[in-house]
Amino acid sequence: MSEERRERRSYLIGTLLSILLTAIAFATIPLDLPRGGTMLLIGISAVLQVIVQLRFFLHIDLSRQKREDLQLILFSLLLLGIMAGGTIWILTNLSQRMM
Amino acid sequence: MSQNLHPGLNLGASHGDAHQQSELSVFGFWVFLMSDLITFGVLFATYAASSTPIAMAGGPGPAALFDLTSTGMQTAFLLASSLTCGMASLALKYREGPRRIALWLAVTALLGAGFLALELRDFADMIAKGATPMRSGWLSSLYALVGLHGLHITAGLVWIVVLLLLIWRRGVTDLIKTRLLIFALYWHFLDLVWIGIFSVVFLRGLA
Amino acid sequence: MKLLGNLNWDVTPFSDAINDPSTNTFVAAGAASLVIIGAVSVLILLTWFRLWRPLWRDWLTSADHKRIGVMYIVLALVMLARGVAEGAVMRGHQAMALNGGPLSADHFSELFSTHGTIMILFVAMPLVTGLINIVVPLQIGARDMAFPVMNQVSLGLTAAGAALIMVSLVIGRFETGGWTAYPPYTGKVFSPGEGPDYWIWSVVPAGLGSMLSGINFAVTIYKCRAPGMTYMRMPLFTWTALCTAIMMIYAMPPVTVSSLMLALDRYAGFHFFSNDLGGNMMNYANIFWMFGHPEVYILVLPAYGVWSEVAATFSAKQLYGYVSLVTATMSIAVISFTVWLHHFFTMGQSASVNIAFGIATMIIAVPTGVKVYDWMATLWRGRIRMTVPVIYLTGFFILFVIGGLTGVILANPTIDYQVHNTLFLVAHFHNVLIPGVLFGMLAGIHYWFPKVFGFRLDETWGARAAGLWVVGFCLTFLPLYVLGLMGMPRRSPSFTDPAYLPMEYLAAFGAVVILGALAATFTTYIVSIRHRKWLAVPLGDPWDGRTLEWATPAPVPEWNFAVIPEVSSRDAFALEKEGGTPYAPVSRYADITLPRRTTMGLTVCVATTGTGFALVWHIWWLVILCFTGLLLTMIARAFATNTEQIIPAAEVARQHRRWLDAIAQNTGITRDAECTSANRGLAAPDEVIR
Repeated sequence: MSEERRERRSYLIGTLLSILLTAIAFATIPLDLPRGGTMLLIGISAVLQVIVQLRFFLHIDLSRQKREDLQLILFSLLLLGIMAGGTIWILTNLSQRMM
Repeated sequence: MSQNLHPGLNLGASHGDAHQQSELSVFGFWVFLMSDLITFGVLFATYAASSTPIAMAGGPGPAALFDLTSTGMQTAFLLASSLTCGMASLALKYREGPRRIALWLAVTALLGAGFLALELRDFADMIAKGATPMRSGWLSSLYALVGLHGLHITAGLVWIVVLLLLIWRRGVTDLIKTRLLIFALYWHFLDLVWIGIFSVVFLRGLA
Repeated sequence: MKLLGNLNWDVTPFSDAINDPSTNTFVAAGAASLVIIGAVSVLILLTWFRLWRPLWRDWLTSADHKRIGVMYIVLALVMLARGVAEGAVMRGHQAMALNGGPLSADHFSELFSTHGTIMILFVAMPLVTGLINIVVPLQIGARDMAFPVMNQVSLGLTAAGAALIMVSLVIGRFETGGWTAYPPYTGKVFSPGEGPDYWIWSVVPAGLGSMLSGINFAVTIYKCRAPGMTYMRMPLFTWTALCTAIMMIYAMPPVTVSSLMLALDRYAGFHFFSNDLGGNMMNYANIFWMFGHPEVYILVLPAYGVWSEVAATFSAKQLYGYVSLVTATMSIAVISFTVWLHHFFTMGQSASVNIAFGIATMIIAVPTGVKVYDWMATLWRGRIRMTVPVIYLTGFFILFVIGGLTGVILANPTIDYQVHNTLFLVAHFHNVLIPGVLFGMLAGIHYWFPKVFGFRLDETWGARAAGLWVVGFCLTFLPLYVLGLMGMPRRSPSFTDPAYLPMEYLAAFGAVVILGALAATFTTYIVSIRHRKWLAVPLGDPWDGRTLEWATPAPVPEWNFAVIPEVSSRDAFALEKEGGTPYAPVSRYADITLPRRTTMGLTVCVATTGTGFALVWHIWWLVILCFTGLLLTMIARAFATNTEQIIPAAEVARQHRRWLDAIAQNTGITRDAECTSANRGLAAPDEVIR
């Protein structure tokens, strides 16, 4: 299989997986599951779809040449988690105490 | 293989300097995107913290405003545009001549414009229902988050036009190859952010 | 529609002074006149000395990292003069503020707001950015930054913010809510005027500029190091620059976002931070300090880098504990993102949240402690010379440790409840920022000045300035600890308790000493320029330096290195000198490609200033005009060709050989003669027995 076909197939796989994961996420709404389960499903499929797109569209993988980019992304996610998670923690705590 | 380093880039070993400059630009742009991610992250956090009855201030809430069909169509448009953008990258990498690249870029732009049109229609509908950003803290944060993404898409459309002009004037030079590569990163990144938006804003709002 | 928006003749302090003559309005009008007189005299001097062409050709349009760095520092020194003057006026006012004072409360508020904004964003930041710009490419053996034109744009954006703050002194009023500009006070309801808008449109471009600088520095250090320069061989200043750059990349977006959200509240009636309709003003404090706390370390880390270089060079020893210093620097960079809540312990969240952030705050003091011990161990039994940077270092050691310890005290939420918003806090952060950042930057300027300009700074005047800074700092800010513990709130335009007076007088006297220190600093530069022949060090290594930047002529040629050096160890240049192989001749030179001059940065600066000014005064046509100009400039840049110039190998060879010949003819000086005119920048082996 030529390099080009292999790469095209990778894009197509990425798209198909994304469609699948999006469909699962959207299907939770009409299915009317319990709220906790819905949130969990939406959350998991979002995370999976991010990974799929990073892998198949942005070509980030565990190989050595990509290590620098991967480290950058993981470090950014750490800081994003600290900032966004911290904000939500602080502000919900505050609003609970102001009830 | 060094060609795998950056998909869409086949400057080859003979272009040492150009390859180095291109690597700098691509890495620099990755870093910029990560900085942009924090920008979005702050707005995501603000939105999440504002999804309370107090922040909605008695105004319309998600159930009254969100349209799952429209969100789904926007998602489809954006995902399709990601695929066509990928096809443009492949054309850049494997095909000589600008025609195929330009074609895929134009399709990407059209899909992006379709996404934007739907988003603007949603905004107009919401405003017609009295849900302006001035109505409540929650709506302010909603418009800011979704609007900033829309603004990024708009910038992306302008970028495509500039790229097409450059290709038309100069052909596919090394410099333009790098820029196309960076544009592809940008566009895929916007799709990633959109996954966050439809999950956190629209689906969570309707769940 | 009004053509000039909200502008009219009544917005200048001059009309205030005419309509309502008082000390208060005269001070404001005097400050405005100073800005105008300063600007006009600069224009006249430039014309008189026919400097317009060199200014344009060699500076404003240059993409050379060293020149951009110098421009950052010049900008910072100009803003420093204003910031110090404002501080002195505030101290003078407060010394007379028992039951009222010469200035109105609003005027006093404007003073502390501009003072803070200027000192952090337009003095400390440009000093840090400027020094990194000058030093880092030289230390890692690179020809320039990774993105030289973007570097220019960063400078343009920072300068635009600074320009707008200067304009606010003459036209209209600045914001009165402090440098943090907390809403809802700065919202449209409580501050309907133009003040907060001036603040917003100064901060946003400066924030963007710093973010771009951060990207530039990080990519440069990641990707442009000379062959052999592995991470663990990088000089410590470069390490601190890398960590600062990473923090700029992640910490600048929050302040840009929060300022723009505030702008949306003010201009478009959004409800992010308003009292009504679901706004949450505490989210502003939250986002602002997500920037604000890392910002403190963005500023102080490069100063730590300077101390590392200064301690090693001026004790003629290898840096003690390199690995621990690197680890400490990296730890600080990451932990600094986890402490922001300590700026609002008293907001009303639960004790568990406070405890988590309190502990994180105490932890961040540990790596700094490690560093202080490392520097002391570096000096231990070294060949120490009491040059100006070492005087600053000594002041830093003692004073910064005190400041750091008061920080650990404040990290305890229960204590913070007692002293927050008092002068104790003001004393604390001045105690870390002045001995930490300002001393560090002044020492760094003194240390690297000869590298950039080819002559040393005058040691006598430099020492006087350093001494005055240390004494002035102690007299001004140590009394504030006492006042804070006595319960005096910060930002007080007046007070009723006469018990505050003695310490207020002392602090006001200290402010006079600091004015003297500022004058001595500028005198140092002027005296040195006049004696530049006597102080010249063209051979490039006046301090027996240890890192790569000293292995080049002074001033450094535009291309930095005739051939990119190969690095095989830490302190590469020091090892070469010990091994007797420095200044090796080069057999083959190659053409060097450098970025061409461009007006990009200047255009961005003008267009951004215009946009900001027009937004402040609601001159909508000008907003559209300038903003479109800004966008078109950026798009046009995509079409630019011919952006590079080539320096022919012959020219490089000629200059390099001339420098090598001059070195061969010079015998060099030992460390004893370092501060004499015998120092031409070539170090000879020291005779001292260790």
